[in-house]
Amino acid sequence: MVGITSYGAYIPRYRLNRMLVVQNMAWYFPVIMAVAQGEKAVANWDEDAVSMAVAAGYDCMIGKDRKALDGVYLASTTLPFSDRLNSGIVATALNAPEQGAMNADFTACMKAGTTAAIAALEAIESGKKDSVLVTAADQRGTKMATMFEMFYGDGAAALLFGKKDVIAEFKGSYSLNADFVDHYRGWNKEFDYGWEERWVRDEGYGKIIPQAIAGFLKKTGMKIEDFNKVIYPCYFGGTHSGIAKKLGVDPAKVQNNLHAVCGDTGAAHSFLMFAAALEEANPGDKILLASFGQGCDVLAFEVTKNIKKLKPRLGFKGSLERKANLDSYQKFSKFRDLIIADLGIRGEANPSSSLTVLWRKRKTLYGFVGLKCNKCKTPQYPGNSICVNPDCGSINDFSEYEFADKKAKILMYTGDMLAASVNPPSVYGMVGFEGGGRTFIDFTDCDLTQVKVGMPAKMSFRRRNKDKERGFTGYFWKAVPQVEG
Amino acid sequence: MASGIRDKVAIIGMGCTKFGERWNDGAEELLVESYQECMEDAGIDKKDIGAAWLGCCFDEVDIGKSALPASLALRLPNISVTRVENFCASGTEAFRGAVYAVASGAVDIALAIGVEKLKDIGYGGLPEFSSAMGPYNFLWFPNATAPGCFAMLATGYAAHYGIDIQDVKKAMAHISVKSHANGALNPKAHLRRAVTEEQVLNSPMIAFPLGLFDCCGVSDGSAAAIVTTPEIAKSLGKKDIVTVKALQLSLSSGTEMAYDWDGAHFVTTTRAAAEAYKEAGIKNPRKEISMMEVHDCFSITELVTMEDLHISERGKAPKDIMDGFYDREGGGVPCQVDGGLKCFGHPIGASGIRMLYEMYLQLHGRAGDRQLKDPKFGLTHNLGGFPMMNVCSIAIIGKQDA
Repeated sequence: MVGITSYGAYIPRYRLNRMLVVQNMAWYFPVIMAVAQGEKAVANWDEDAVSMAVAAGYDCMIGKDRKALDGVYLASTTLPFSDRLNSGIVATALNAPEQGAMNADFTACMKAGTTAAIAALEAIESGKKDSVLVTAADQRGTKMATMFEMFYGDGAAALLFGKKDVIAEFKGSYSLNADFVDHYRGWNKEFDYGWEERWVRDEGYGKIIPQAIAGFLKKTGMKIEDFNKVIYPCYFGGTHSGIAKKLGVDPAKVQNNLHAVCGDTGAAHSFLMFAAALEEANPGDKILLASFGQGCDVLAFEVTKNIKKLKPRLGFKGSLERKANLDSYQKFSKFRDLIIADLGIRGEANPSSSLTVLWRKRKTLYGFVGLKCNKCKTPQYPGNSICVNPDCGSINDFSEYEFADKKAKILMYTGDMLAASVNPPSVYGMVGFEGGGRTFIDFTDCDLTQVKVGMPAKMSFRRRNKDKERGFTGYFWKAVPQVEG
Repeated sequence: MASGIRDKVAIIGMGCTKFGERWNDGAEELLVESYQECMEDAGIDKKDIGAAWLGCCFDEVDIGKSALPASLALRLPNISVTRVENFCASGTEAFRGAVYAVASGAVDIALAIGVEKLKDIGYGGLPEFSSAMGPYNFLWFPNATAPGCFAMLATGYAAHYGIDIQDVKKAMAHISVKSHANGALNPKAHLRRAVTEEQVLNSPMIAFPLGLFDCCGVSDGSAAAIVTTPEIAKSLGKKDIVTVKALQLSLSSGTEMAYDWDGAHFVTTTRAAAEAYKEAGIKNPRKEISMMEVHDCFSITELVTMEDLHISERGKAPKDIMDGFYDREGGGVPCQVDGGLKCFGHPIGASGIRMLYEMYLQLHGRAGDRQLKDPKFGLTHNLGGFPMMNVCSIAIIGKQDA
């Protein structure tokens, strides 16, 4: 049986209430008021598509063997590198195998996630691959006071495909190509450019999605009534329900477009809606999943009883619950680099990242892999040639030891107003890991007033620096204090 | 079996600039100023100097690489000059180089000089140094500043001893009040105004829980010393000879950051202090040490250091501090008699020698309004780097017959 073997999701912690955008920007473009329901998910200043893809990937791989992956696909339209395998960063952060792995980036359209999923499923069906992780993430930049600013949210989701312990059996797919340009982002442009909404709604979402689904049903002989859940993205509320009507689907079976809770997460959105559906699904449920973007992919799955065996994960629901209001539109604008604020001379320091060091230390830096002494069993991070335990001191006798999924405890900390940061104070400190090992590390996703010595913390892969001069984005891990315990 | 440095080398001259925002002087002018005072004090001729050591940390932003800036500025007569850098121990490292050269018999007289011209960088605080930590550390080490790193110690200390952070803050405030009171008496100090505990506690937050008045100043400055053997000192007609009793250095091996550490003490200071007392023949530092200049880059550093120097018992420094044990006239061991880094600021390469300068003046009874009664041993201490990864130097000097 070929299909989905696990799923994961990641919605960043910050939410921006759309009324806050309205309060700040409706004077400039009052129309935004029409879609001001609910809140959108906003990536922290140190997050991007790659870091969110890693978070969703880790969530998806809970209870699964990352060493068994033979491919990591990344779908996104906001990849930090134009020429460097972004999925390779994700795979390294996940400590996926290097030998025998073919990782790939799927990009340039909103349906990149489902396209990557079909590619993964075909590779597994053909027997050429056994376990492929598809992560999808987007963090689209938007100009202030635009409908895009209201519609778009940041987020990620991941699906693991394979043959063993399938939780949702793959029942077929159908794709439609349509060079329909509802919006686009030109080469080296920061923001999307869009065409008239009425046209996009009526001729785009409203026709292309139903056509593709009809094509799928014709090809497979399945009926729309067979499905317990029908999933397709569409941030226009009226059009979203209109498509259901066109298809003759009971509105109760249509998956919510998530506008009110996180916004449209781009290439990740079909996956995110799907993850939300899987969380509610029961064995035997049939799910139809469609996407949109210069065409449409349609996939069908049947949920198996294995879904009940999955280990607990953050998932869609958990991500939504773990939230903090970003109560300042100015802060949101600064996180997105839409306004200029002084970082101080200290913020001018900008040494280039050493690519030789990055290659040599890729497991340490991206994989958060330390060492465990074979002699005294002390876990240590970062690893060194000589054991850190002064009573041991053995040389080059270690096994690799992953710290990324280890629970940690805050040993000491500060909130530094002097360090250059777009979100001062810079919070950092020492953490000790469950099972041994400790390190000095930046904290993120926390308010200084809530941080306490002894508080648990989880590790999170984050953007470390964005070297605009050389176009390089650096990543490393940070500690996320677990305020709720 | 090593016999240690005790009484093998004498200090015969010292100099120190006025510390402060020396907008109109560069590192060269500062070097000349401390050198001039030092040479006049020693009463020797330039040609008598056999070798020199220069301490300077942020060479890239103030003085430039190599020892040439000192050799050129002082017009030294083509002798050997070495630049040393070991974070905040740089000044003491220069002194150690000169002392060891004399002790080895390699030269008769040596100069140690330290300088840092911090006010040419364009902002308050120390220069940003993430790029100076090597390409590997740059890729992962937190974007931390000095106050932030040392502030962590306060949260670590409070948690370790189960003390309310506000009580630790009160003791920290007393430290700053005490140092400012001393600095007010010192014409060479940068900050010369007394402050109240209330002012310290209400100062703006720099790095939680350190407020502005928990942090030392940022200043320009230079200090210098001439060392020789006690025999030569005597032959030069020197009286009340001050000798070096101990010089110790201890560096982290990485255990604090990656293995085992309570976050409430400095591993390196604890060791360097024990070794220094052994070298100096001091059995009970709480009774025998007459005065100290310690690395009070931040008030919490001084607090913790009092325990690491084996003077306050573990967990008891806040009480000793509040009891006035370290005050100038508190009947204990006066600490930061000259105002400390708190009032002198911390031109890194100069600080270690500046601390020795105060001890030297006190031992000679030349400390003016802040003169202590008959001190015998003076201890200086520097701590560079980060609490979890640092360089510590300790020097003890004293009267030759002490």
